[in-house]
Amino acid sequence: MTDEKLLKELNDFALDIRIATVECLKSRGFGHIGGSLSIADLLAVLYGSVMRYDPKNPKWPERDKLVCSKGHAGPGVYAALALKGFFPYEELKTLNEPGTNLPSHCDRNKTPGIDMTTGSLGQGTSLAVGIALGDKLKGRDSRTYLIVGDGEAVEGLVWEAAMFTAATKVTNLMWFIDWNKKQLDGYTKVINDHGDFRAKFEAFGFEAIQLDGNDIAQLYDAVTAPIGDKPRAIIMDTVKGKGVTEVEETFSNHSMNVPAEVFDRWLDELRARKEAQR
Amino acid sequence: MSIVYNGSNDSKTFKDVFSTVIPQLCEKDPDVVYLDADLMSCIGMLKWAENNPDRAINCGIAEANMVGIASGMASAGMKPIVHSFGIFASRRVFDQAFLSAGYAKNDITVIGSDPGVCAAFNGGTHMPFEDTAIYRTLPGATVMDVCDTAMLAAVLEQSKDRAGVKYIRVARKNSVKVYGDDTEFEIGKGKLLKEGNDVLIVASGIMVAKALEAAKLLEAEGVSAAVVDMFTVKPIDFELLVQWAEKTGCAVVAENHNKIGGLCGAVCEFLASRHPVPVEFVAVEDEFGEVGPQDYLEKRFGLTAEHIVESAKMAISRK
Ligand SMILES: Cc1ncc(C[n+]2csc(CCOP(=O)(O)OP(=O)(O)O)c2C)c(N)n1
Repeated sequence: MTDEKLLKELNDFALDIRIATVECLKSRGFGHIGGSLSIADLLAVLYGSVMRYDPKNPKWPERDKLVCSKGHAGPGVYAALALKGFFPYEELKTLNEPGTNLPSHCDRNKTPGIDMTTGSLGQGTSLAVGIALGDKLKGRDSRTYLIVGDGEAVEGLVWEAAMFTAATKVTNLMWFIDWNKKQLDGYTKVINDHGDFRAKFEAFGFEAIQLDGNDIAQLYDAVTAPIGDKPRAIIMDTVKGKGVTEVEETFSNHSMNVPAEVFDRWLDELRARKEAQR
Repeated sequence: MSIVYNGSNDSKTFKDVFSTVIPQLCEKDPDVVYLDADLMSCIGMLKWAENNPDRAINCGIAEANMVGIASGMASAGMKPIVHSFGIFASRRVFDQAFLSAGYAKNDITVIGSDPGVCAAFNGGTHMPFEDTAIYRTLPGATVMDVCDTAMLAAVLEQSKDRAGVKYIRVARKNSVKVYGDDTEFEIGKGKLLKEGNDVLIVASGIMVAKALEAAKLLEAEGVSAAVVDMFTVKPIDFELLVQWAEKTGCAVVAENHNKIGGLCGAVCEFLASRHPVPVEFVAVEDEFGEVGPQDYLEKRFGLTAEHIVESAKMAISRK
């Protein structure tokens, strides 16, 4: 990535997404923090520069689409959408309240900018394939971006969709595996070892790239490189809870339930980093 | 049987019961094995599982595979108990539960946690209003909607040696205590919690405590309600049902489930053929779930003692 200005902009945006995510979760006092923070850098690259969308017209058919198949990372995606003006920032504080537009899992019928309903792990993968195929058949040049959890990737459905993506050459769909090493009960390697993701996707017929998924420049380059005749899968080596030291260091950081002071401490850390980044 | 209901919450959670009873069953019976799909910590089983890797198998997030594995283990002589959230333990795995377990006569126990509105903050994608209905269609299955910790301990124990597929729907956190810990339960036999002459209230799961509350409210208005906890939705205790339907002449069915296909459906199917009486429903209309605190959702979906009172009056007026 050669554009220093854009790089700085995206790094700032990633921090803002982290801050907004923590503020969103603080409103209820608990929620899926680990897996929301690990994808903040990817969300910054996608919503900050790569994706084509119109916050005032969130259902614009020609837009690019994001399917967060690990639907519990909703708060992370909501943060990016609020910052980009899909809905007011203050609305982040309604997470999981009665009648909210922001349920803990992504819901296309509730939240402006959420392109697909997810929450039952695995299902987003087939849905993303369908969106990309549909766009192709409709003659749109839209792209679809699919985020899959590493724990989620134990679901057989993920591999059914992967096989189809490669076999049918659905090149307007890009896969991202959030390889943050953990799921709900602990380490993915211990629970049901998925082995080498890159080798698996390559064997399925993808162009598979492994990179530091918390590095904006690496993500940007991998996402924007020209696509050949194989669909691309990006294995993101990430840290669950990335950006908030205390969350990173907590073993059970899938969903955390902590007092407001703790959320404030986390926000202080993020804001201090933002200050330093200026 | 002792009924200790006074409206207050149980000091024990369902998690406490899982984490004591499942290890005990494994200790007593070398054939019992517990399988989960990355939700061990959610029912308090993670610690024990880590120390007992031969008896606790974490399949990862692959529920259908887990039920298939459990069914295969059953054919090898094991007595598997599998757990996931109710949505996944029903919809996601049903082909395996139906064919690999039920049809192939591989006996397994399936626990589906967070039934209906108990899924609260996990929201609509995680809110099973249909799991009872799904499992009722499986020939030979036993379907239970559990109301408190005393009952959970008993049905876990009895399920492991019972033939067929056993589906246990139960919350994870604590709920209102209904039964004393010394209470004996028999799968397939409903519990008559209160006698009454004017209307029969048939309830299960979290609606049992609300039915008792409603009976009290009705009593204050001079209406005498009988209350039955029909925790085994299948096979339903039709003798008890018919006996009290005859005595009272009308019924209200209350469940934390879609009114299609669950306890409401079961009660009506049996009453229609044995002893038709007017029946009203306190259950979820044909709707999807949504996110929010459980008490909000109970009101939102009409699952309260007040709704039971209203429905009871309606049923009586239709006699
Ligand atoms: C089919 C299905 N099974 C179980 C769950 C419950 N659940 C939600 S998140 C989660 C762990 C997800 O782990 P991973 O995919 O690695 O996500 P991340 O660590 O990135 O948050 C589980 C088991 C679910 N939502 N869907």
